[in-house]
Amino acid sequence: MNAVEQALAPKAALRLISGNHACALGAIAAGCRFFAGYPITPSSEVAERLSRLLPEVDGVFVQMEDEIASIAAAIGASMGGVKALTASSGPGFSLKQENLGYAAGAEIPCVIVNAMRGGPSTGMPTRPAQGDIMQSRWGSHGDYPILVLAPASVREIYDETIRAFALAETLRTPVVLLYDQVIAQLTETVDLADTQGRARAERTWASGPRAAYRPYAAGADGIPAMSRPGDGYRVHTTGLNHAENGFPTQNPQAVERNLGRLLTKFDKHREVIDSWQALSCDDAEVLIVAIGISARAATRAIGLARARGVRAGLFRPITLWPFPEKALREVAAKARAVLVPEMNAGQLSLEVERILGGKRVDAIHRYNGEPITPAEIAERAESLVSAAVAKGKSK
Amino acid sequence: MIVDSAPAFDVREYLRLEMMPHFLCPGCGHGIALRALLWAVHELGMDKDKLAVVSGIGCAGRLSAYIDASTFHVTHGRPLAYATGLALARPDLHVVVITGDGDCLAIGGNHLIHACRRNLKLTCLMLNNEVYGMTGGQVSPTTSETRLTTTTPLGNAEPNFDACALAAAAGASFVGREVTHHVPKLKELIRAGLEHPGFAFVEVLTDCTEIFGRKNELGSSAEMVLRQKSELRPSAYRDEVDTPFRSNDMPTGILVKIERPEYGAAYRKAAAAQRASKAGANKGGA
Repeated sequence: MNAVEQALAPKAALRLISGNHACALGAIAAGCRFFAGYPITPSSEVAERLSRLLPEVDGVFVQMEDEIASIAAAIGASMGGVKALTASSGPGFSLKQENLGYAAGAEIPCVIVNAMRGGPSTGMPTRPAQGDIMQSRWGSHGDYPILVLAPASVREIYDETIRAFALAETLRTPVVLLYDQVIAQLTETVDLADTQGRARAERTWASGPRAAYRPYAAGADGIPAMSRPGDGYRVHTTGLNHAENGFPTQNPQAVERNLGRLLTKFDKHREVIDSWQALSCDDAEVLIVAIGISARAATRAIGLARARGVRAGLFRPITLWPFPEKALREVAAKARAVLVPEMNAGQLSLEVERILGGKRVDAIHRYNGEPITPAEIAERAESLVSAAVAKGKSK
Repeated sequence: MIVDSAPAFDVREYLRLEMMPHFLCPGCGHGIALRALLWAVHELGMDKDKLAVVSGIGCAGRLSAYIDASTFHVTHGRPLAYATGLALARPDLHVVVITGDGDCLAIGGNHLIHACRRNLKLTCLMLNNEVYGMTGGQVSPTTSETRLTTTTPLGNAEPNFDACALAAAAGASFVGREVTHHVPKLKELIRAGLEHPGFAFVEVLTDCTEIFGRKNELGSSAEMVLRQKSELRPSAYRDEVDTPFRSNDMPTGILVKIERPEYGAAYRKAAAAQRASKAGANKGGA
């Protein structure tokens, strides 16, 4: 058993671990060998765990001077060819937006954890929130593509961390792992043994003669092969708009060509990107759309509602951005009502409204640090269905 | 008189000639600093494939694009943070940072002091032209007092940073300063920085003739460079009263050179020891 296998080997098939711990283990399993971070509640356990795990697998952990430096160092390591992670929460995630935009624009793979807490500003550090749904998509300036994954359990954090790295590496993009304080610090019994075979994926490295290599030229899949220092390609990487040769340009055609490819590069990969859970949706008259702890509450709410004769179902985007629009439209088609419980003043509900264009979307918005309860969701689902039925009868 | 006497050094071998003409203004001292860096790289026989140059934003930041190496033009103020990740992840590389006074001391000041403290092997070349040149000539942390800039129309009232004193105070194990007038000396200083087995901070005073010089009526590039030369003195003369140089607290040459554990090596050593002790424990026990 080598050092890597040793570190990965579960001490027992069943382990009682927190979401943040699962993230650290998932990162190691994914082949992450660099972490740079800065202490922040409620994500610090990711850093603490990796400070122990990484040296065991010949990786590097570094605590940087601030949040900006943390993501910058992670991107720097990735530019050197090493899979890299950083982790934070709202205030730190805000600070990371500058370099997150760089990673998106220069197409440097990396994974960024955001364990969401109350906001705005310092907010409520130890309380859950889901207020960064929009920031995770639109937080940096300019137009750029981004992938955001939203796991809802400890086990799913482990799986999605591995998938985050696979997507980051193969699609050359930053990937945000977005979960809330509850899921981050929740301790659950998980069986990691049966996830050992989860797909670990690697970047496509440049090959062939230097003279023929154009760092941002891509084939049909839209993803350029990457080079790293030492490979002999000696390329230039910049946050300036660049041409296929990597050098800055203001030529409108060259900018449009490269940026156009960048902005549409996920389109051909939606099959591997899109991920969602549809629970009891087939006969649902009320469709609940939620992520994270709100989705956990909704799962229980479905049972409560159904016990009272209300057919509720849950659509839970696991890949939050790009939103699995097609899947949502399909499951929502037959529903009489749509309900979005979320721990913010209205973010996911806006996207659901946009996707379902014209269909009425109700929401429970909570921003006081208290998770939304299953009973609240069930009650609301029931009243929405009764109202829809009454409206149908009155016609 | 010292002249550029290394016949084997042809700067073109280290430049991306397809990027010429460069974008620097006539008279700008940045090109001299770039040449001195490449000369030092040449003298040390460094492998271009193993050379990674990370630069920030501003006139100095644009220089990386001209170097035939792996070059990374990153975000404003952050090159040291990117370089820290790169150098920690890839100890086989030689990582050089090119930054300016605004990039390094204002928006990137936090990264500088912690890079000095951490002592990871990196060479940080800070080109100090006393001004934000790229954005049109605003006051920077190193603008001398009373100088006019586009944001100090009444003359700069803020005291300026002594970057080398700052780096030394933050714990840098190598600190040096030179002017562009002394190209071979500048090359020697940069070379010593590149050879230093830890964090090396090298400040190069350059002239921004077009913007800063014009605004303050400092004359031609040659006049600006000569003034820089006359206003500074080698560190060897620092404590002597009777020098040809006027009293000035900005000495040149190698100002700090101390031995401290290099961070990357220290980390890897501790990690290897941990792995070995774990492997030993696993062998002995169940």
